[in-house]
Amino acid sequence: MADSTLNKSLKKKTSSKKFDIKTDLNADGNVFGLQRRKLNQFFAFSLFRVATVINGIALFIIIYFMVTRGWRAITWTFLTQAPTDSMTKGGIFPCIIGTFYLSMGAILITMPIGIISAVYLNEYARPGRILRLIRLGINNLAGVPSVVFGLFGMAFFVVTLKMGVSLLAGALTLGVMSLPVVIGATEEALKAVPDTYREASLGLGATRWQTIRKVVLPCALPGILTGAILALSRAAGETAPIMFTGAVFFTPCTPASIFDEVMALPYHIYVLATAGTEIEATRHLQYGTALVLIGLVLGMNLIAIIYRSRLRSRMN
Amino acid sequence: MPIKREITEKLVQKLFMFIAMASITILFLIMIFIFNEGFPIFKTVSINEFIFGHYWYPTSEPSDFGIFTLIAASVLVTGFSAVLSIPLGVMTAIYLAEIATKKVSEIAKPVVELLAALPSVVIGFFGMVVVAPFLQEVFKIPTGLNLFNAALMLAFMSIPTICSISEDALHSVPVALKEASMALGATHLETILRVILPASISGISTAVILGMSRAIGETMVVLMVAGGAAALPESIFDPVRPMPASIASEIAEAPVGGEHYHALFAIGVVLFIFTFFFNVVADHIAYKYKQIGEASL
Repeated sequence: MADSTLNKSLKKKTSSKKFDIKTDLNADGNVFGLQRRKLNQFFAFSLFRVATVINGIALFIIIYFMVTRGWRAITWTFLTQAPTDSMTKGGIFPCIIGTFYLSMGAILITMPIGIISAVYLNEYARPGRILRLIRLGINNLAGVPSVVFGLFGMAFFVVTLKMGVSLLAGALTLGVMSLPVVIGATEEALKAVPDTYREASLGLGATRWQTIRKVVLPCALPGILTGAILALSRAAGETAPIMFTGAVFFTPCTPASIFDEVMALPYHIYVLATAGTEIEATRHLQYGTALVLIGLVLGMNLIAIIYRSRLRSRMN
Repeated sequence: MPIKREITEKLVQKLFMFIAMASITILFLIMIFIFNEGFPIFKTVSINEFIFGHYWYPTSEPSDFGIFTLIAASVLVTGFSAVLSIPLGVMTAIYLAEIATKKVSEIAKPVVELLAALPSVVIGFFGMVVVAPFLQEVFKIPTGLNLFNAALMLAFMSIPTICSISEDALHSVPVALKEASMALGATHLETILRVILPASISGISTAVILGMSRAIGETMVVLMVAGGAAALPESIFDPVRPMPASIASEIAEAPVGGEHYHALFAIGVVLFIFTFFFNVVADHIAYKYKQIGEASL
């Protein structure tokens, strides 16, 4: 609409070849229907604003329901005891421990590989076939559905490597899944290190590896740690990759070795909410568990976000 | 005679390249293992029967392994979620990249990031216990666990993906283009619609494809919220059973090495091919139509 007015006015202008004050600029200064175009802009921008607000509302509603319905379930017993009376009473302590072990294990496995991959991609690799191949690998790995990671973990770690359903197999599956996250975050952190730092170091006669170890990595460390926290929180919240590889509905004790099965918060929520005969009776436990999980995951994310924004403002 | 640190340098570079190959190696391993476990099902049924068969009764005798209803469910759920997530995601990205003041975007960006960080099981749980009863009451339908609910929940899982990648694409448009358009007398909205959006369309397409790829592969939400009926839906309020839900809910009961087990891996293969295709297309668009300066417009 706005452009047809514009075109018409332009056409008029070019055909008459002189500026006509009556058609192009009316008495109140409305150039080319500027007022209507401004009005269009106002409505469109309001629409964009509403779209953004909807995200906030969605986040708020989800957190609101989990908090208002879950906070009563959270007691000291709930956080420190194992489930009792066939899951209808007691706490979720083994799940918290299990999730902690699984996500920590995943990060410990994936951090060295991820950081080294990112260093290679950002510091060593030159554009070419190998770089393109590695990028293709990372991009597609990031797109593999979580349930396919679960299938892979089951076929490879659990069955072929004979780890059984265990903490180790679950952590490995989660670790494989987090690899693209860690690589992406590390690369971003490495890119933020100014090239002048590298040039100064190389100019002093240091080798590339010395430069990376003594200059680039220390500078990028805070950014890398932020990425690690984000990867950790993502690993802690995933369900599908661990449901066939590491997590079980109930084990009487916390894991004694890496070959033991574990309980995990996300899987606990899923099982309590969908399986068994006591779904309604354990509703408050489900909300409580969900609240603990949200608290953990969003807490870690908030720490990472705040830390990162401080980092950025310090750099500027 | 090269000195020690030069040898170290060479060794480190080779070692790092070797380790950097891990991601592509893992991708290959994933393909090998799920294909290897999935293909034996085609001794029982043909590929055609498997993909276009309408009946999924893996445990009955004789069993049926047709996953057409599951594929249709996945496509429908993803499609309906895209109707919501693409406009919302792209509009949010435009708002954050072009319109919001610095203070507003400092609050709005973390909100989108936190939405992305919500564990899928929590969103699924929310859909089950809050949205489903609400839908059931408002629309007077037999069950709130249905296609519509799943699509709604999935949309809010793919919005952050679409939004953040689109925002990067919008930011990468050179400021000179925007300034030129504004200087010619276009309003800010006209500049966004005629200059900035066309210039970043490849990035936005990538964002949309990756968002849909995330939605089609998402497991917990469809497992908990979609209802689980392996039949073609007649309305948007019918329960469905998308592919990831079938895999996740049945693998525990399928004996390792049995027909059902292989069939579930074959579904995994189909799902993998879907997302792989999405990713290759996204990668291709991002690579081919890469914005280099202002000259490539």
